[in-house]
Amino acid sequence: MSRFPELTSGSRPVGVVSFAQYDNVRREGAHNEVEMLMPVVAEVFGSIGITKDDVGFICSGSTDYLVGGPFSFVTALDAVGVWPPRAESHVEMDGAWALYEAWVLLQEGEIDAALVYCFGRSSPGDLSEILALQLDPYYLAPLWPDPTSLAALQAQALIDSGKATEADFAAVASRSRRAALSNPKAQVAYDRTTEELLAEDYEVTPLRRHALPPLTDGAAAVVLAAGEKAYEWCERPAFITGIDHRIETHSIGARDLTVSPSTTLAGEKAGVGHKGVDVAELHAPYAHQELILAEALALDEGVSRNPSGGALAANPMMSAGLIRIGESAKAIWSGQAGRAVAHATSGPCLQQNLVCVLEGV
Amino acid sequence: MADQAEIYTADHVLEYPYLRSVGPVVGAFLTGLRDGKVLGTKGTGGRVIVPPTEYDPETGEETAGMVEVGPEGTVTTWTWVARPRPKHPLPEPFAWVLVRFDGADTSFLHVLKASGPEAVASGMRVRPEFRTEGERVGHVKDISHFVAAGGAP
Amino acid sequence: MSEREPVTMMAAPIHLDYVFTAGVAQSKNLHGLEEGKFIGQRCPKCKKVYTLSRGSCPTDGVPTDEIVELPNTGTVTTYCVVNVPFAGQSIEIPYICAQILLDGANLSFMGLIQEMPTDEVRMGMRVEAVWVEPDELGPTMASVKYFRPNGEPDADYETYKEYL
Repeated sequence: MSRFPELTSGSRPVGVVSFAQYDNVRREGAHNEVEMLMPVVAEVFGSIGITKDDVGFICSGSTDYLVGGPFSFVTALDAVGVWPPRAESHVEMDGAWALYEAWVLLQEGEIDAALVYCFGRSSPGDLSEILALQLDPYYLAPLWPDPTSLAALQAQALIDSGKATEADFAAVASRSRRAALSNPKAQVAYDRTTEELLAEDYEVTPLRRHALPPLTDGAAAVVLAAGEKAYEWCERPAFITGIDHRIETHSIGARDLTVSPSTTLAGEKAGVGHKGVDVAELHAPYAHQELILAEALALDEGVSRNPSGGALAANPMMSAGLIRIGESAKAIWSGQAGRAVAHATSGPCLQQNLVCVLEGV
Repeated sequence: MADQAEIYTADHVLEYPYLRSVGPVVGAFLTGLRDGKVLGTKGTGGRVIVPPTEYDPETGEETAGMVEVGPEGTVTTWTWVARPRPKHPLPEPFAWVLVRFDGADTSFLHVLKASGPEAVASGMRVRPEFRTEGERVGHVKDISHFVAAGGAP
Repeated sequence: MSEREPVTMMAAPIHLDYVFTAGVAQSKNLHGLEEGKFIGQRCPKCKKVYTLSRGSCPTDGVPTDEIVELPNTGTVTTYCVVNVPFAGQSIEIPYICAQILLDGANLSFMGLIQEMPTDEVRMGMRVEAVWVEPDELGPTMASVKYFRPNGEPDADYETYKEYL
């Protein structure tokens, strides 16, 4: 039996071999971004006994709007220490897209390992206002619609389509928060029934508090290694067998919000349906979005969805997507899963989606 | 771990006085709003796109020509905001609505004034309330809000 | 139908409020400034001392935990004379803007040089900080009014050539 799985994307096996994340908290008031990242980077290297000298590329994901400081992604590099000068890149996106860039570079074969990290704080500013700025600047942003209101439009459309009910949203939240009880990094975890959750007041109809993600300050990091290097650092690497990302129009009124064609297409390109899936870590900040994603990826009932609690357990901006990949990798390292699907999203109402299929051998 | 009390924080304001060029398509739509009418553009297969874009959002093909739509339309989805945020268009509780103007094939985001969530539903007929001619400047908020067509429900 | 010109521009003002957190290391620096002192932080690996550290050694990526009190004196490593007026300028032109390496530090920072003719500034010039009045000191770089020549002979190029 080959030591490497069959690949749908790319031609070089690249594995997730290490993962670390900051404690997800409502407000990290004491430490700046560099101070948050340093322990995460130290852990992601230290847990597999390597240093920054062992990786040929560093790629990060973050957005300066969150802290209101220009080029915060450049200062964040001090958490790694880039002297002598390093090959580095940054995406103004979730770390999952930084991982994609690193994976592409690893496909070229010039380097064998890469560090991917990301950080995002929701506490310094008003996230609802900041995220309005990612919208169309002529038609949407001047109205300052907040992300929860936009998600609620999607949830109402889902109800109107007859595909789901408010009780279905509550069931997702109940399961996710219960699963989060066994995730030490979870910010919101509880054991409440669907009925209890349905007794909550609406935040904005038809979404109650339980259907919303928490506001989170956090950071995460992953080490990718190619070929034999992956086995050198990890007994059972989580190999990326398929990865793809797709985007839809930013004209929100031109989309059918009840479906996620970009997720479906990315899932097909990443080969989700080629074999059975044990675990799916879906980046669904709002409870109803998990239902849309599961349908888009055609996940059957047997798939364990968000055993970490997902983004409902902790939703650090620019990081919750990479954390889905990290949690999926953990499930493979432990043998709990043979094949996992990780998903990351960006933009309002699941506008852009990345799907990453991971397999152990 | 340092004592939280020793940590300095500071208020910090970020302001951008952006003045954006709107281009021929967005500009035509905003000019229409200023003149009290709603315009869309024709996309692939004659699909009418409102608010209009330079390209069909699905096919990416260039759009051509402006057509007047509405002013009435149908709510395609909605949400009730009981506690408006400071930057929201209305200070009192309101509904966000996606409105498909009569003659349009895509929907437009705006706010709807209503007595409460029980007075709002997908499929309801609505019409825009424009600001007065003197107040209109060529901006999406030249529409103050929507109301149920035919008066209060 | 309006007779007015078509709309070509749209005002899109943005205003966002933040609460900035300085973090552990920067708070120590700011506290020093409040007391009229420069604080340096030493890297446990390379032993370099950083002024105005954000808490990490930018070479080694490890916390700069050791606090080092730095003196008021330093060396101009490089400089420029500003002759161009710009919006928000608070100092009369021409003025000198210099990189200053405090004695015992391994990282320079930007400061103003005053109390001297602008055409006499030079690399290697020895300077000292002039602080605001004690009751005006605060957790800000504005606690340092400016630097001025301290009368010592210029530093040897060899002592600061690594910091240009």
